[in-house]
Amino acid sequence: MSEFIYLYRGGDTAGAPEGPEAHMQRWRSWLEGLGAQGHLKDFGQPLEPTGKLIAGKSKTVTDGPFAEAKDLIGGFSLIEAADVDQAAQLAHGCPIFDTGGAVEVRPVMKM
Amino acid sequence: MVATLTRIFGVHNLALAEDVVQDAFCRALEVWKFRGVPDQPSAWLMAVAKNRALDVLRRERTALRFAPELAQRLASEWMLVPTLEEAFEPHAISDDQLRMMFSCCDPRLSENAQIALVLRFLCGFTVREIAAAFLIGFAAAEKRIVRAKSVLAESGGLFAIDNRDDFTARLPAVQRALYLLFNEGYHGASPESAVRADLCREALRLTRLLLNHPPVATATHALYALMCLHAARLGTRLDASGALIPLAQQDRSRWDVALIAEGEQHLDLAATGDAVSEYHFEAAIAAIHACAPSAGETDWKRIVGFYDLLLRIQPSPVVELNRAIALGESEGPERGLAALRAIAGPERLAEYPFYAAALGEFELRCGRETAAHEHFQTAIGLARSPMERRFLELRAAACEEYTAFPS
Repeated sequence: MSEFIYLYRGGDTAGAPEGPEAHMQRWRSWLEGLGAQGHLKDFGQPLEPTGKLIAGKSKTVTDGPFAEAKDLIGGFSLIEAADVDQAAQLAHGCPIFDTGGAVEVRPVMKM
Repeated sequence: MVATLTRIFGVHNLALAEDVVQDAFCRALEVWKFRGVPDQPSAWLMAVAKNRALDVLRRERTALRFAPELAQRLASEWMLVPTLEEAFEPHAISDDQLRMMFSCCDPRLSENAQIALVLRFLCGFTVREIAAAFLIGFAAAEKRIVRAKSVLAESGGLFAIDNRDDFTARLPAVQRALYLLFNEGYHGASPESAVRADLCREALRLTRLLLNHPPVATATHALYALMCLHAARLGTRLDASGALIPLAQQDRSRWDVALIAEGEQHLDLAATGDAVSEYHFEAAIAAIHACAPSAGETDWKRIVGFYDLLLRIQPSPVVELNRAIALGESEGPERGLAALRAIAGPERLAEYPFYAAALGEFELRCGRETAAHEHFQTAIGLARSPMERRFLELRAAACEEYTAFPS
C-alpha cells in the first residue's frame, strides 16, 4: 500500500444543487466509506480561503488567495491505496464534482 | 441568530447580520465535512457566529454605525467581548427572537411578507425553501423578501418588547402571523410533507417564545392550544402515498397524546381571563375532535355551537361552511345541504374546492350519486395542490362505485 494526498480544489458547498447540508452529509458518507474500506489514513482538514504568500529571495509577503476560486485548495485528506490508479478511482465518489470542483491526487514520495 | 446579530449591528445592518450567519454556516459545513457534525451543532454555530461578529465589529466599527443603544459599549475594546457574551446568552437570544418576531410583523407589510420574514430570520429558511413553502417561484419569493427587508431596515431599531402598550398593540398581528404560519404547514399547498411539518414545528416553537414572555395573553394560550391539538394529528393526515386521509378515517390511536394533553392544558389557561378570541373557539373545536373516541362519537352539536360563537367575532364564509358541515354531521345530510345552500353570498366560496366537496359529500350520503359526482368534479377543477386533487378524485370515484353497484 502507498500513501496519497487528495487536494480538493474549488467546489461550492453553499451552492450545491441538493442543498448545503445534504451536500456536507454526502462528503461525510463518502469519506467514512473510504475509511470503512481501509483507504482513509486521515480525514484531513479544511483550509481557510485566505493566507499569506511569501516568495522570492527578498521574501516578499503578499496576501492570499493564491489562485482563482475554482483552483483554490479548500482541504486535503490522506489516503492509502495500492497505486495511483486505484487512488484516482477511489476519488470518483467525491461529491465535489457536483459543485464544479476537482480532486488532485498526489502520491506521497517514498524513499 | 440573525435576530441577535441584528440587535448588535442595528436593524439598518440587517444584510451584514445575514452575511455573518451565512458565513458561520458555510464555515461549519466545511469543517464538518472533515470532522463530522458535533453533538450540538447549533451551539457550535452560535460560537462561530459570535467570533465572526467580533471580527466584523473590530474591523468595521469605525466605518459602520452599529446599534445606537449599544454603540458606546461596542466602541470600547474593553466592553466589546462582555457585551457580545451577554448578547449570546440563551435568555438574551430568545428575547432578541421575540423582538425580531414583532419587528417582522410590521403593519406596513402584507401578512404573506410578514411570514416570509419570520421564516427567513427566525427559522433560517432559505429563499428556495420559502418559495417551496408558498408554492411560488424563487424570483417571486426573493422579491417579496427583499422588499420586506427594506421596510424592516427603515424602522430604526428592533421592536421594543418592553413597552407594554406597543407590545399589546402589535401582539394580534404576531399571533395572526403565527396562526397563518401553522396553517400553511397544516393545510398549505407544498407537496413536501417534510416542509409542512417544519412549518408547524416552527410555528409551535415561536409561539412558545410568546408564552415565555409574561404576562401571557389568554389568546396566546388559545393559539398554542389550537396548534398542539392540530399538530397531534399531523402524522395521521397523510397515507403512505402522500394522499390526504379525512378526519373520520384517521387512526386515532396514533394521535399524539402528549400534544393533546399540552393543548388541553393551555386551553384551560386560555379560559382564565375574560377575553375570548377566534383562537379560543377554534381550539375548543379542535379539543372536541381530539377527545372523541371515534368520528361517530364526536359531539357535533357542541361543535356547531362553537362555530356559531366564532361567526359572531369572525364572520367568514369558510367558517360558515365548516358550521354547515358540522350541522350536517349532527342532524343529517339533508340539514347539512340546506345549511350549505343557506350560506349568504355563496359566490365567495366559488373558488374554494371544499364547498363543492361538502355538497358532494352530503348528496352522496343522501344517495344521489349523480349530483354528488358533479359536485366533486367541480371541486377537482378548483383543487389547489396535487394532494387535494388526488383526494377529491378518490371521492368522485366513490360516487361511481355507488352507481355501478347500487346497494
